[in-house]
Amino acid sequence: MLTELLIAAIKVIAVLVVVLSLGLVLMWFERKGSALIQDRVGANRAAVTGLGARIGIPNLGFINTALADPIKMFTKEDMVPEGADHFLHTLAPFLSLLPVLITFAVIPFGDTLRAGGMTINLQAADLNVGLLYVLATIGIGVYGTALGGWASNNRWALLGAIRASAQMISYELALGLAVIAVVMTYGTLDLQAIVRGQGGVWFGWLPRWGVMLQPVAFILLMTAGMAESKRVPFDLPESESELVAGYFTEYSGGKHAAFMLTDFVEVILVAALATTLFFGGWQVPYLYRDGFHLPGGAFLALPNAAVAIFGVVAFMIKLVAFCWLQILIRWTLPRFRYDQLMRLGWKGLVPLGLLNVLATAFVVVAFGGPH
Amino acid sequence: MPLWLFGFLAALSIVSALGVILQANPVHSLLALVMTLLAVAVLFIGLGAVTLGFIQAIVYAGAIMILFLFVIWLLNLQAEAGMAGGRLAGKFFGAIAAAALMGELFAILSRAPSGANLEAPAGYGSIHNLAMLLFADYLVAFEVTSFLLLAAVVGSVALARRPAGSAAPPRAAGSR
Repeated sequence: MLTELLIAAIKVIAVLVVVLSLGLVLMWFERKGSALIQDRVGANRAAVTGLGARIGIPNLGFINTALADPIKMFTKEDMVPEGADHFLHTLAPFLSLLPVLITFAVIPFGDTLRAGGMTINLQAADLNVGLLYVLATIGIGVYGTALGGWASNNRWALLGAIRASAQMISYELALGLAVIAVVMTYGTLDLQAIVRGQGGVWFGWLPRWGVMLQPVAFILLMTAGMAESKRVPFDLPESESELVAGYFTEYSGGKHAAFMLTDFVEVILVAALATTLFFGGWQVPYLYRDGFHLPGGAFLALPNAAVAIFGVVAFMIKLVAFCWLQILIRWTLPRFRYDQLMRLGWKGLVPLGLLNVLATAFVVVAFGGPH
Repeated sequence: MPLWLFGFLAALSIVSALGVILQANPVHSLLALVMTLLAVAVLFIGLGAVTLGFIQAIVYAGAIMILFLFVIWLLNLQAEAGMAGGRLAGKFFGAIAAAALMGELFAILSRAPSGANLEAPAGYGSIHNLAMLLFADYLVAFEVTSFLLLAAVVGSVALARRPAGSAAPPRAAGSR
């Protein structure tokens, strides 16, 4: 009992630490990445006493963004504007960060690990309706943004909040439809089971990843997911050229940092969902429980621990790749107009999602699922 | 579900339900209602109705309450000046309705089977059982309900829609 509790606690803490530190890395990724895309130098100050330069390592500005930025933000003055709802103004950033963070509880980051006579499922919470949990927490996440804007007693913030909530509930629909098609394909809401269903290969070489079966759902999920995370080209809730900073105009210090962190954690969440549902989660091509079965008949036996570690590393690589894809999209596309945003959501993604669900239903009934 | 957890969630839902009616600010009331709905959702999950609990969280706490928030914002509802608002007749009929609901609740509870160790039937609350109920046992009722809801949606869009070619609504005086 005590060991089980201990293992559960370790899993929860590990997931939180990895997600939050990946959020910090993404902050740096975005600074340097945007500089790379726009042909700038980007953040290049705050190296530790110039040590790197002295021994010939180029200064990538990592210390600057990953350490100096958070310290700067948390030591700034935390202001609440006059006439604001003090309680909700303080609550809102955490109300927006918490639901996104707890969503990672059901994301499987590895296969089972056998150690000391115990079988550990590498997933913080083994929930058989995991996808419903994901949709529920995403739905609750709207409140932080909406109330943050409203409680600020500022018209730009309120406009940003209204835009954010309208956008998020519109694109939740497309997100749900994308997820439903995946659920119909694999016949389960359990994320670990969906990842297991993506093991193996077709024709002896093609990994059975979900994106091969549900390419439309993948595009829907990425688009709707980026709209949920309110980033360019969907950043109308905070569009600085129109609304100062939108729903977090009146935030400073740690609370502003919480809103910013939410943005990055949402990016990681979208990447995690895309990886889990469409790119095999922790599945490594040709890697099975007992080792590598390469096409052509070559076989390399591996112990269980090595297979599990390969899985976790594969999941992390895919996760970071999708985070980078989102940063690339963010720094490549211009912002939508609001009517374009609504038209894309309601007249583009939702009918496409419905058609995809219908087509999936026909295929599943006519030919059965992939199993 | 351990008794202390049930007690905590039940107390939380009652306190937040009181918060809905006792607070003057409509946005605070709405937040308290979200809290009530979430506490009830967790109660559902703890009592074995897992799917229903999550659907409650998605549909009620996640979607419908956001629409309520929109209505509050669009109508620009302000905090009530005092708690003595409302007419006497409203209070009278409200009290009668509340008493009727309470009576109904006690009538149902008195008929409920007693005993501490009631067993839930196998598969109770699973998504499979819920789907069998909705799409097999009560298919006609389910489809009729969805058709009625569709008619309501189409009707409200038709009512709200401006005829083609008509000008935008006149702006309110004082606004630009």
